[in-house]
Amino acid sequence: MALLGPSGCGKSTLLRLISGLDTPTRGELTVLGHNPAMRSRANGGGEQSGGSPGTEVAFVFQDAHLLPWRSVLDNVALPLELRGAGSREARERARGPLGDVELDDALDRFPDQLSGGMRMRVSIARALVTEPRLLLLDEPFAALDELTRQRLDERLRALWAQRAATKGMTILFVTHSLSEAVFLAQRALVMSKRPGHVVLDHPISLPAERGGEMRTSLPFVENTRILYRALEAHGALDEKSV
Amino acid sequence: MARSTKKAFESVLPPVLTLIAVAAVWEMGVRLLGIPAFLVPRPTAVLVAGWNERVLLAGALLTTAEGAIAGYLLSLIFGTVAGLFLSLSRTLERALYPYALFLQTVPIVAVAPLLVLWFGPGLRAVSVSAFIVSVFPIIANTLAGLRGVDARLTDLFRLYGANTADTLVKLGLPSAVPSMATGWRVASGLAVIGALVGEFVAGFSEGSAGLGITVLAAYRQLRTDLLFATVILASLLGLSLFAVVSLASDRLLRRLRARI
Repeated sequence: MALLGPSGCGKSTLLRLISGLDTPTRGELTVLGHNPAMRSRANGGGEQSGGSPGTEVAFVFQDAHLLPWRSVLDNVALPLELRGAGSREARERARGPLGDVELDDALDRFPDQLSGGMRMRVSIARALVTEPRLLLLDEPFAALDELTRQRLDERLRALWAQRAATKGMTILFVTHSLSEAVFLAQRALVMSKRPGHVVLDHPISLPAERGGEMRTSLPFVENTRILYRALEAHGALDEKSV
Repeated sequence: MARSTKKAFESVLPPVLTLIAVAAVWEMGVRLLGIPAFLVPRPTAVLVAGWNERVLLAGALLTTAEGAIAGYLLSLIFGTVAGLFLSLSRTLERALYPYALFLQTVPIVAVAPLLVLWFGPGLRAVSVSAFIVSVFPIIANTLAGLRGVDARLTDLFRLYGANTADTLVKLGLPSAVPSMATGWRVASGLAVIGALVGEFVAGFSEGSAGLGITVLAAYRQLRTDLLFATVILASLLGLSLFAVVSLASDRLLRRLRARI
């Protein structure tokens, strides 16, 4: 599911609320049947779920935010360690998601030896390692060049398809790129400018198998246009917000 | 290896040449202008005085080094703990930081007699003097380093329910090391100054006198050549401590892959 909207409409805030990093000043939020503010405390909080899989929510930020003093493998093992797994076990389990993002041969390298795209892949593997049911991405590839971004989009979609089928994982991501939203999402939400409301809930009617060439197909462009119009109608393209 | 030798040579040669040139001009100037030796001794005279008094100076160097290093270690331990403590909460920081700053601004020369009263003359008062002068940069840089941790990474640790100890050991301290290392370096030079000042007031006790006492003694006897030799030795002590600390912290920073 993609989340689009003008800058400052509250997309990132919404992700932070969902993840339980921030708590709402008013109103209530139910995520996966819980109040996230409560859950974030129980979320792997030591005794209760220590070591067992199922941190329900994971977060990927706009930049990779890796620990520079840890190798690729140890960066991905970190969430498991923090939740009480032994470092050997954590490393063993970190290999899986690193294979999924095709970084098997870079396990012992350090973040400063990786390209921007590779760092982002490590960041995604780190989020996947806890097998979350909900993966939140806040403009994950915004800092990368267009081609790298398209290739990562393709990989992310494949990862999602596989994990949605086997583990019921949902991805909610914020983006400013219309084509990225159309390419990745099954469903796109458009928010209006401040105060942000959801003004469009658009199911993306494209086949499940999406290759790179689909970006130039007619249905793809149609979907892009629908999102563009919604953004235009709700002030995302006003002088002031550009 | 040949290249690294050449590189070392290239970086060492210019300052050495400068030193020789300055010494030569100084030597000639003093001879030609007939400046009396008790005002400005010739470099060769300083070398000779240093050599003749080598036993005295070596003892003094050891004594001062002992005081400076003891004070420095105290600063490292206390300063790091204090920085950690202040980083726990903003309120704590606001309540205590001004008093930490007080350590930086207190005129150590004026306080030194008090240190003698409290700790007795000799090593202990000298160490405490070195400690007072050098602790603040360590507190301040530890605190700044811990405050400067990437907010997103803090979020990440929170999201995974990390406990306080894990957050400190796996995120806070490694992130803070570049800033802390600056504190370690600055403090190393200051510790030697603190020890010298301490000795001016509190230097004499059992064992041999430190460099501070030697400076005072040489001055009273108008042995300016010995005075110069002592001052140079004191500077070298500060430099060596600084160099050792720099080497150690550079090594640590490389291991942590910090951008320097």
